[in-house]
Amino acid sequence: MSAYLDHASTTPLHPAAREALGVALQDGWADPARLYREGRRARMLLDAARETVAGVLGARPDEISFAASGTAAATLALLGTASARRRAGDLIMVSAVEHSSVLHAAQHHEQAGGRLVEVGVDRFGRVDPAAFAPVPGTAVASLQHANHEVGTVQPVAEVAERLRAAGVPLHTDAAVTVGRVPVDLGALGADLLTASAHKFGGPAGVGILAVRTGTRWRSPGPADEREGGRVAGYPDVPSIVAAAAALAARTAELAAEGPRLAGYVRDLRRRLPELVDGVELLGDPDRAPTVPHITAFSCLYVEGEALLTELDRAGIAVSSGSSCTSDTLTPSHVLVAMGALTQGNLRVSFGRDSTRADLDALLDVLPGAVRAVRARLGADGL
Amino acid sequence: MTTDGPADAGTDPDQDSPAPAATVDSRGRRCPLPIIDLARAFGSVVPGGTITLWADDPAAGPDVAAWCRLRGQELVAARALPAGGEEFVIRRLA
Repeated sequence: MSAYLDHASTTPLHPAAREALGVALQDGWADPARLYREGRRARMLLDAARETVAGVLGARPDEISFAASGTAAATLALLGTASARRRAGDLIMVSAVEHSSVLHAAQHHEQAGGRLVEVGVDRFGRVDPAAFAPVPGTAVASLQHANHEVGTVQPVAEVAERLRAAGVPLHTDAAVTVGRVPVDLGALGADLLTASAHKFGGPAGVGILAVRTGTRWRSPGPADEREGGRVAGYPDVPSIVAAAAALAARTAELAAEGPRLAGYVRDLRRRLPELVDGVELLGDPDRAPTVPHITAFSCLYVEGEALLTELDRAGIAVSSGSSCTSDTLTPSHVLVAMGALTQGNLRVSFGRDSTRADLDALLDVLPGAVRAVRARLGADGL
Repeated sequence: MTTDGPADAGTDPDQDSPAPAATVDSRGRRCPLPIIDLARAFGSVVPGGTITLWADDPAAGPDVAAWCRLRGQELVAARALPAGGEEFVIRRLA
């Protein structure tokens, strides 16, 4: 039996998004910046989508802009704040386990002559709020809401409070959490938040950028009048409308879905060590909060790519942070920062359509797949 | 992988702890092979004895540490090799 268990990479289009997309393609095709009837209709749809997203995130509509991806939104958040605060300092502070989009933006800043500080994490992948303290000259800090590879939730509110006292704005990459768990910008205390629609059942090509009122921000590149001057270029109104519809629909589903998926994660983590020898479970929902839908583990003497292939042959789709699955042949920076085993690494992530049968399918196939890969390497019985 | 046998052991008279049982050279071998080399050679290490692993795969550092943690053994030292790669010294505790 097959099972798609990579919902943290992307998840199928939500039915509400599919429906909204059809309507918006029909009614929202015109340029929302134009004043004739067709343009006004597109504008209305775009404004309604912005209000919906703002409402879900506890933000004001004029604080929300739509970018072409979560990566583009994170780049704008980080570099736009660094650009506006150039006089305050040239340093960007990030955790060592940020998503590559945030790290790439920070490295871009560094290559342009700025400074970059990476803050380490504990073995659960969590930063210590006391260690995430700004040094003089910090222009902006970035701390993910939750980690994309192991699901660990970061102490964003506590970090935001400390940074506020130091006058340093905080960006939080909430691509893992928006549309998966309740996210309230006010409660988080972050000055900027970014997310990605395709991660929660919206279409691809929509990133969310929230910039709280009063946050100093200047476009890091050429700008126009679109999206409040924050995102240049013609917006994809139908996809934005569909993304907002997905987010609204997800909000109503979370209360029931969270405990259900957390139950799958708990069962997976309980049964794995019984089924496979030499397994290291990563993160720990009992000791460090995690999102309900993501969990990860690593298997000794296993090549991650071979394990993915073996599982794919059995119809199981998961992802891996092992070095052999990356183009650069380096292991995931998240696993290295945690001091975790990097070989035979798998991330399992559930979505709204996931069932217990999906979990059972994985657990049926996994022990044999691990044995097969180990046998091929002559590592059985070690 | 090349393994120098226990014939090398005990050549240093000043050493208090038991000398390395063997050196496992896994340079040029990709993850997870260095850890498999280590585990295979570890069978001949006596309790209290050590083994040395040379590896230049980028995953070796975190994975040797994790192997020691998972198998209840001690990572005594990790240092860069002059010719590239890293040297790990692992002691058998049990």
